[in-house]
Amino acid sequence: MNMFQPGAHIAPDRGAASTILYLDSVSVSFDGFRALNKLSFYLVPGELRAIIGPNGAGKTTMMDVITGKTRPDSGQVYFDGKVDLTRLDEAAIANLGIGRKFQKPTVFETQSVEDNLRLALKDRRSVAAALFSRTSAAQARRIDELLQIIGLGDQRASLAGLLSHGQKQWLEIGMLLAQEPRLLLVDEPAAGMTDSETATTATMLKDIARERSVVVVEHDMEFVRSLNAKVTVLHEGSVLAEGSMDHVQNHARVIEVYLGR
Amino acid sequence: MRPTGPFLFRALGDVGGTILVVALLAVAVLVPVLNNLPPDSAFFIPNYVVPLAGKYLCFSLLALSVDLVWGFAGILSLGHGAFFALGGYAMGMHLMREIGTRGVYRDPILPDFMVFLNWKELPWYWYGFDSFWFAALMVVVVPGALAFVFGWFAFRSRVTGVYLSIITQALTFALMLAFFRNNFGFGGNNGLTDFKDVLGFNIQAKSTRAALFAMSAIALALGYILCRLLISSRFGRVLIAVRDAESRTRFLGYRVEHYKLFAFVVSAMLAGIAGALYVPQVGIINPREFSPANSIEIVIWVAVGGRGTLWGAAVGAFVVNYGKTYFTGALPEAWLYVLGALFVGVTLFLPKGIAGTAQEWVGKLWTRTAPKQSLAAQPGVVE
Repeated sequence: MNMFQPGAHIAPDRGAASTILYLDSVSVSFDGFRALNKLSFYLVPGELRAIIGPNGAGKTTMMDVITGKTRPDSGQVYFDGKVDLTRLDEAAIANLGIGRKFQKPTVFETQSVEDNLRLALKDRRSVAAALFSRTSAAQARRIDELLQIIGLGDQRASLAGLLSHGQKQWLEIGMLLAQEPRLLLVDEPAAGMTDSETATTATMLKDIARERSVVVVEHDMEFVRSLNAKVTVLHEGSVLAEGSMDHVQNHARVIEVYLGR
Repeated sequence: MRPTGPFLFRALGDVGGTILVVALLAVAVLVPVLNNLPPDSAFFIPNYVVPLAGKYLCFSLLALSVDLVWGFAGILSLGHGAFFALGGYAMGMHLMREIGTRGVYRDPILPDFMVFLNWKELPWYWYGFDSFWFAALMVVVVPGALAFVFGWFAFRSRVTGVYLSIITQALTFALMLAFFRNNFGFGGNNGLTDFKDVLGFNIQAKSTRAALFAMSAIALALGYILCRLLISSRFGRVLIAVRDAESRTRFLGYRVEHYKLFAFVVSAMLAGIAGALYVPQVGIINPREFSPANSIEIVIWVAVGGRGTLWGAAVGAFVVNYGKTYFTGALPEAWLYVLGALFVGVTLFLPKGIAGTAQEWVGKLWTRTAPKQSLAAQPGVVE
């Protein structure tokens, strides 16, 4: 059964059952512009998926719909086969275990690297908990571990605003990991990075994908190829092609609209 | 400023904060003592200075409350004068009831203005204010409740930036118009005045004024410590995160509106306490305290002192108000120009205010801790 066939209408309880993320026929319009046009997209647990597409293809809007920033006009969005994401707000969705990294690195610039990780660390998020709870020894160890993973151990006390662009991207990935999400949405992690930083980032993401489901939106073809993952091509708000990098690169329509030859 | 640091260090924050708290505790004792020296002594503090300085301290507490929300949560409230005035009215209502039969009309229950308006009985919302403790409770409950309702709707609807500032102005303006009306039941444009006693002590007496001054100093010190403890907890980290990148904080799973609401309500309560201490020292509360310009002035105090530093806000309020007293005496027509020039000057030459600049100087001496402090204290431009 080809469950990735775009536009195929499957009832949520049946189709969504074994997925971590399930979008069915999702449409979003802004002032008459159709950002998403009956988009259907599925992700199975543990999968690493790359999403590519020209500007305006709907990549960021799709992320916005999944994380609760934008409400779809129609269509279904389910997490873990059963949770309807269209009814929840950003905070509730984040607490379900969906983490998001933005295109522009957004770390808390006036706070230290360590405090940034502490803020992201999986913990109770209520005002009361924030007022009275202390950082436990286990949490402190987890922060040390994360600093190790993202290679910012020496910068733990520096302000996040003083990091280089690449380091900010890594800090943000570290913050994502600190949330212990089950699904990660990563928007252009390699943007503005040097070649060696890009290679490190690809290794980091592949490591992460061993334990979690990851969706990566990226423009950099070499980077996408190095992820060695299934690729989804978006165009005008719906899925144009899906498959291995070689498959989509040889896909006639993809060449026409995206690779532009 | 690690959240895990020793309690005292957390409570005092930094060098500036420590100096502030120590200075406040010192003047709380010294000013009443020096006020009791013989008038020809070199250290004598004249009687008029005590309530005047006490008034400045109330303004400092008010500025501190604004800095908590503006400096750390990015909420530029241009309506904090309303919470201050409501706290002041709650205290004023008690002081009116304490006048008793010593009013012009000698009515044991009704304040003079109600007799004058030919009212026959006390409106229900004046019940309970004969008790000092009830009034003291209302000093925090009324501003807190208003802030809760206002903040609930504003923050849940994600009203931010200049739009929020505008509706806070509208809030205080609407209250001003309401309190100006005679039939609203709070003395109309004359407000509440002619107070005789507070807790049985003559409000004009030297010792009462000294006690009120000392209480203002202690309230400011405690208010500072409370804000500092809030800011140094994880709650404070989240608040700063909201200030710097609100939607990012949401995507981390924090309910931003709850954090803002909590800070806003605490801030309104502090403003209410400031108002309650202010009223017995100046002897009057009237609707002009609600005027939108007053609330804007508070923000200027905070900016002059240094936004996001807490102690700077307290210093800024004191300095600007001292300047106001001095200039309105020396060059009465020029005061508004001086205030304007001050704001422009501070924006141009001391963008981090008095406290931010002082921290930078200290930072140059102790380069190890400095960069972190000075940058953390700098919340960027007004959203």
